[in-house]
Amino acid sequence: MADLPIKSEISGNVWKILKAPGDAVAEEETVMILESMKMEIPVMAPRDGVVASITVAEGDAVAEDQLVATLKG
Amino acid sequence: MFNKVLVANRGAVAARVVRALRLLGVRSVAVYSEADAAADYVAAADEAYAIGPAPARDSYLNQDRLLEVAAQCGADALHPGYGFLSENAGFARRVEAAGLVFIGPSPRWIEAMGEKTAARALMAKHGMPMAAGSGLLGAEPAEVAAAAARIGYPVLIKPAAGGGGIGMLAAADETALLAAVERSRAMASRSFSNAQVYLEKLMERPRHVEFQMLGDRHGNVRHLFERDCSVQRRHQKVIEEAPAPGVGKAPAMAAEAAAILAQLGYDNIGTVEMLLGADGQFSFLEMNTRLQVEHAVTEMVTGVDLVAAMVRVAAGETLDTVLPAEISVQGHAIEARVYAEDPVRFLPSPGPLNRFRPPAESAALRVETGYREGMAVTPHYDPLLAKVIAHAPTRDGAIAQLSEALAGFEVQGIKTNIAFIQRVLGSEAFRAGAVHTGLATELK
Repeated sequence: MADLPIKSEISGNVWKILKAPGDAVAEEETVMILESMKMEIPVMAPRDGVVASITVAEGDAVAEDQLVATLKG
Repeated sequence: MFNKVLVANRGAVAARVVRALRLLGVRSVAVYSEADAAADYVAAADEAYAIGPAPARDSYLNQDRLLEVAAQCGADALHPGYGFLSENAGFARRVEAAGLVFIGPSPRWIEAMGEKTAARALMAKHGMPMAAGSGLLGAEPAEVAAAAARIGYPVLIKPAAGGGGIGMLAAADETALLAAVERSRAMASRSFSNAQVYLEKLMERPRHVEFQMLGDRHGNVRHLFERDCSVQRRHQKVIEEAPAPGVGKAPAMAAEAAAILAQLGYDNIGTVEMLLGADGQFSFLEMNTRLQVEHAVTEMVTGVDLVAAMVRVAAGETLDTVLPAEISVQGHAIEARVYAEDPVRFLPSPGPLNRFRPPAESAALRVETGYREGMAVTPHYDPLLAKVIAHAPTRDGAIAQLSEALAGFEVQGIKTNIAFIQRVLGSEAFRAGAVHTGLATELK
């Protein structure tokens, strides 16, 4: 099964990355926190799983719908 | 009066302050980050200085750079606008130490109202009505639980150094309380570098009613009536109006609050925020020691230029020369805050303003914006795109006029909350004046 993409819902900056590849996550657990317009917006795991990759770094600018992480398939 | 004032802010409020200064015959100095070089407020000011890269901490929050510009341009006063450094007592002190007048209340007032439990204690001591609450919570779970039990559930956990609704969490019982206190502390620590939190009684569907105050440096304080700002999302205001619909005793409460502040010696602009319970009781929430975003609502119904007034009292004029002898409320004004955000999930939506056509201004319709077609809304600053304020003889008339103006507000390239505002304005509850702080979420 292909890895499951996790995308950013907003345009903003990556403020803090909380999980690394290999970490187990539960559904709705925060993988990273984005910051946009004075708001912190969590990026959450869509289901239970293991992080396969983090495709951005702290401080990076991200666009809406941009891939920011993947979960192992 | 001052010769030259540095406006330490950006966008709509910077433009508003520059306009007031021009009216007073005072030279204005704008500052701008790399993201704002082409903004209208920069061109509108008499002088302008670049202060750094787009992120606020490198520009609008960079105290050293702002003070450097103040010295360089020879300003004799600084207006902080709202947000950024407007409620930073340390910065206000540095401005004064540099020999400039800080246009706002004295630093001791910013400090006294900045820590919420101390502000509550001070106000309660002087007779301000207050809902049950705690002092700063200690680390012991048993102590936290005891404080909540004394107040009675449900309770609201609030950061003591907070603002903007960040870290405010409700708890209905002890289990929820302890977990929520931990989360609130973590959020407060991150956002305000201060993990202290306290408890307040959570009111069910209260209204947010606030009172506009103006003091001078000579011991006088007067009020300019109330505003109802109950329509909020994520504890941030979306629609504000004056007068508050159906609150006959608001003027009496405003007079009482002004008397308390006069007794204390409050000395510039400020807003006393209160909750109005279903039982008709007011309770003190907090005091904002700065110009409010929604000041225009009060300006429309009273005819008083609040920004010019706060500059004049900061320059030493007395209230009786700045304000008319009798202030009354004429008609009804409603303001809508148009945000760059998804209208359903309320998520930020920065991007290019491919099309940006605000409604035309008139005597009865005011539009305040820091944006223009072709500019971009960046993720660096708050999501406020524009404020649209309608003024009419009646509340129904103001609703109709605001709704019509928003219908003609064209924005393309980003998402806005205009559809959401229209839904609120058209709702039966809003039309009936049955507003409360949960209304926006119910209509989402």
